[in-house]
Amino acid sequence: MVNLGISIGNLKFKNPVITASGTFGYGSEFDDFINVASLGGIILKGTTMEPREGNPYPRMAETPSGMLNAVGLQNKGIDYFEKNIYPGISGYETNVIVNINGSYLEDYIALAERVNKLEKIPAIELNISCPNVKMGGMAFGTNPDSAREVTKEVRKVYSKLLIVKLSPNVTNIVDFARIAEEEGADSVSLINTLLGMSVNVNTMKPSLSTITGGLSGPAVKPVALRMVWQVAKAVRIPVIGVGGIMNTNDAIEFFLAGASAIEVGTASFIDPQISVKIIDGISNYLTEKGFSDIKEIIGLINRNSD
Amino acid sequence: MAKRIDDFIIRENRKINSDFFVLELSGNNYLPLLKPGQFVQVKIEDSPETFLRRPLSIHDVDYEKNTISLLVQIAGKGTTKLSKLNPGEMLNIIYPLGNSFSLPAENSDILLIGGGCGVAPLLFLGKYLKSNGYNPSILIGFRNSDRIIEYDEYAAIGNVYLTTEDGSKGEKGFVTDHSILRDHRFDHVSCCGPASMMKAVAGYCFENDIKCEVSLENLMACGFGVCLCCVVSTVKGNVCTCTDGPVFNIKDLKW
Repeated sequence: MVNLGISIGNLKFKNPVITASGTFGYGSEFDDFINVASLGGIILKGTTMEPREGNPYPRMAETPSGMLNAVGLQNKGIDYFEKNIYPGISGYETNVIVNINGSYLEDYIALAERVNKLEKIPAIELNISCPNVKMGGMAFGTNPDSAREVTKEVRKVYSKLLIVKLSPNVTNIVDFARIAEEEGADSVSLINTLLGMSVNVNTMKPSLSTITGGLSGPAVKPVALRMVWQVAKAVRIPVIGVGGIMNTNDAIEFFLAGASAIEVGTASFIDPQISVKIIDGISNYLTEKGFSDIKEIIGLINRNSD
Repeated sequence: MAKRIDDFIIRENRKINSDFFVLELSGNNYLPLLKPGQFVQVKIEDSPETFLRRPLSIHDVDYEKNTISLLVQIAGKGTTKLSKLNPGEMLNIIYPLGNSFSLPAENSDILLIGGGCGVAPLLFLGKYLKSNGYNPSILIGFRNSDRIIEYDEYAAIGNVYLTTEDGSKGEKGFVTDHSILRDHRFDHVSCCGPASMMKAVAGYCFENDIKCEVSLENLMACGFGVCLCCVVSTVKGNVCTCTDGPVFNIKDLKW
């Protein structure tokens, strides 16, 4: 029997497999397919202060081994969440994490204060990296000063586990991870989607209503893996790896490169059971390789290549 | 209704013409009761480049044989790959997804309108209506006579009216150009096809005060309400075509 349990900050996860924000709804959408409680954690879709309609259709374009999305944080806002969604999900026996987003600094602070009061939410993922909103989002995560300010101010009001989700659309993601660490984040998750675009040659128009969108799926995995490796070497806080993880092998690559946990995103669209299959797959991999604890392989490539 | 993810065996892959083929699938488990208008999400194996599932409406169901049929139009790499599947091969599907066409008022004079691959759900719907005591008529349109699907089974349900854009078979023009729409007033229209066609049909139904439902074919990634990519603007705001639809009353749509 191998131990898959990990801790991020003071929070224990029964295993290191978490579902990524925006790809897992509020969890209940997956009840027909899996036992959600078997996951290490779930990160709910991005929540904002006010309800958001999101961007106009079309919001999605398939690209080779990937997909672009421009959803634009469609959600019903924190009031609706507290009243109608929170009561239904607080029974899940797993870490239920809220991903928070804002147009202004004040939005992030207000949201963090609200979510801090929700007893069954042990963590937030501070999303400063959404590429699909006109205001806020990625603008916070691609400017060092604003990344610092938003992390610092949220840290002041949020007492539980604070994960900062980083944007890959920067010159050096390590700088942003260091800023998050310096300002008191307990963990960083990376990467959010890569800004991309696609043009429809038949209609001679952009494929997305917003022209640009966020690229996810297997196409981004090598970039995500490289960034996780760089960041994991540079900071002491645990790194959560996310980007194009489609199967067990992909997940293992992230652990070996230094991730303490992983998020499964786009893969859940194709196989809603994949996150559970990956948990089993990690267990089998460790057994086959003669390890008894997932922690033994975190960052192992750095030791193996010395 | 609980959604399932299951491997199905291809019983038959029948080529209809250069554009269309029909996949007949049987499952290991007994089929649940399926509703006309619902769809399945088909996984395309060994195709990392086109890795998203393909949403396909249920074309026909045979509970005795425990089979589902899918009428597929070759549109790109994914559907081309599906067209090459052989009997005995497996196909993984998520089903049943979406809502369904509503049952018209009793004694309604019903017209089912389909364009191109939009004819697919109308066979299941037509058979379902027929078995519930309705006598629907069917209006279908294609680009030209080479692209027409075999419609004997549709003709067994009710009168079939046909258009082709070039007039090579049936009346010339789009479905909305067909003379039956001028000569006869229906009470209820159920429609599936390209967006431009459905908008034209919706316009006709608004003008003539005919109850009308359309089945949308928006691009989607998941099919079960989490990616939020397939939204359509409605009186209730943006809603997912995959969970709130694919069938909508035209009065609810703001498209």
